[in-house]
Amino acid sequence: MSDPRGERLTAMMATIPYVRFLGMSAELSGDEMTAVLPFAPHLVGNVVLPALHGGVIGAFLEMTAICQLGVREPFRRLPRTIDVTIEYLRPGRAFTTFARADVRKIGRRIANVHVEAWQEFRAAPVAALRGHFMLSPPEKKDGGGGAADS
Amino acid sequence: MDAQSNALDALGLRMAEATPQAAALGLRVVSVEPGVAVMAVAHRPDLVGDPETEVLAGGVVTTLLDHVCGLAVGSALIEHAPMGPIATLDLRIDYMRPAEPGREVLARAHCYKLTHSIAFVRASAFDGDEADPVATVQAAFALKTGPEAPK
Repeated sequence: MSDPRGERLTAMMATIPYVRFLGMSAELSGDEMTAVLPFAPHLVGNVVLPALHGGVIGAFLEMTAICQLGVREPFRRLPRTIDVTIEYLRPGRAFTTFARADVRKIGRRIANVHVEAWQEFRAAPVAALRGHFMLSPPEKKDGGGGAADS
Repeated sequence: MDAQSNALDALGLRMAEATPQAAALGLRVVSVEPGVAVMAVAHRPDLVGDPETEVLAGGVVTTLLDHVCGLAVGSALIEHAPMGPIATLDLRIDYMRPAEPGREVLARAHCYKLTHSIAFVRASAFDGDEADPVATVQAAFALKTGPEAPK
């Protein structure tokens, strides 16, 4: 694959141990990423239903936002989470979960991202996240552009 | 040991060991009393979210916070009624700073209000000084079986 965005995404995800712990992967169609979380027994939070742990769903949404930001632009360091609001809409059942992130605003230092996760039906989301992320844009070679912002 | 502390111990044990995700993360119950719970997660290489800094993934802290909030709700309900299923409605998490690599992260949750159908909880995560938190959370939970009507 010669798409630099795809290569960047694959390289980024391969280096994050917690991505492997979750068993998460991602597919790219142009610049639109779909994150995929296959069901696994260690992700369960309620054995009776069974249902995915709410924290796992939140973690998957957060990681989807970080990966989508990585697809958008190259960074010196991974984006850091400032705050997130996670809304739980339906139980995450023992199925594969998908998520897509919508970068609502990307500033010089801070990005606002909305993410939605679903299972069998896109129109029946299981959870949604809104969050702010601190970015580390690549150093400018020319060094121009006013006050330092470190 | 009275019946209530036995019930709290059993609840803590169930939340730590009988929940597959809690066991997979190695979550540990530090203390449980009615309405207040403390849990901890140890730093582990497979839970790192940024390989450059070795900092624990935000998602691990999210799960710890969700879980300890759930335990605080369960422990608050013990005074009122047997714990039925609870479901997280929302979590609002602020990440103040990265956790120190290698350090255990603890989280203390306080269920400060129960209504018939909703529990309100605050929690914070810290890796040493509780006054210098790693993250704080405000959460609401839906109760499937609420407490008895107020006396």
